[in-house]
Amino acid sequence: MKARVIITLKSGVLDPQGQAIEGALKGLGFDGVEGARQGKVIDLVLADTDADAVRTRIAAMCDRLLANTVIENYTIDILG
Amino acid sequence: MRSAVVVFPGSNRERDAIKALTAITGQAPAVVWHQDVTIPDVDLIVLPGGFSYGDYLRCGAIAARSPAMQDVARKAAAGVRVLGVCNGFQILTEAGLLPGVLMRNANLRFICKEVKLKVANADTDFTRAYGPDQIIRCPVAHHDGNYFADPETLARVEGEGRVAFRYAEGTNPNGSLNDIAGVLNAEGNVLGMMPHPENLIEALHGGLDGRGVFESVVKTLAA
Repeated sequence: MKARVIITLKSGVLDPQGQAIEGALKGLGFDGVEGARQGKVIDLVLADTDADAVRTRIAAMCDRLLANTVIENYTIDILG
Repeated sequence: MRSAVVVFPGSNRERDAIKALTAITGQAPAVVWHQDVTIPDVDLIVLPGGFSYGDYLRCGAIAARSPAMQDVARKAAAGVRVLGVCNGFQILTEAGLLPGVLMRNANLRFICKEVKLKVANADTDFTRAYGPDQIIRCPVAHHDGNYFADPETLARVEGEGRVAFRYAEGTNPNGSLNDIAGVLNAEGNVLGMMPHPENLIEALHGGLDGRGVFESVVKTLAA
């Protein structure tokens, strides 16, 4: 089973990389960019076949390694 | 005083730590590979600077889950002193042994320079060789040293006097909240700091200001 983990910075956490991206977009002349936040995508391939079990296992992986929950949130998408 | 230095793939300041410990404690530290499940019984464990695992995922994240770190956590809980410098500080926060997190420097640049540090609490196992509010020189070399913690955690850390060092005289290089350069755990036996005291311990370094961190632990243990 394939799953995608999306890791984003919590709101309120300073994101200097996002700010640099926003600045660069403005520098290229893209008007109306009101914010940019960067994050990570991790695609996993797991032997499990049960979507609920996969979701539970990936949540544990996020809590223990994939995300730092002091500053990051994560979402899990089961891709089938 | 017996000490140990834990080496991870990508550590690059372990020799500096070994030299400093040898010079100041009078005996060479044990050198422990990150896959070792047991660290020898020592009085001080040092996690050196570097780029463990190439800073993959997050700085210190993968090193924090290594077998040696499981034993560091056990020994820290038993009261053994642990000092994490630079990447070692990042590893300690990732391991949950220290509060907060070290984020990308506010200016997004790798910063290698000398800063001024204020001894924010001179009554700790790692700072008692210094005077209260003493200003010392210390080099920094990092890309991710921007200390962040949620407001509640930050208030607790400040209220409990757990900030050991602050960047002083306008030299905060990285955007750290409250100019924090080094923090302690609640019990006071684990210190993480971004600056490198091990790189200012002999005349050839241009100063001796970093010796106090190691001398403080020696002094604490001798008391």
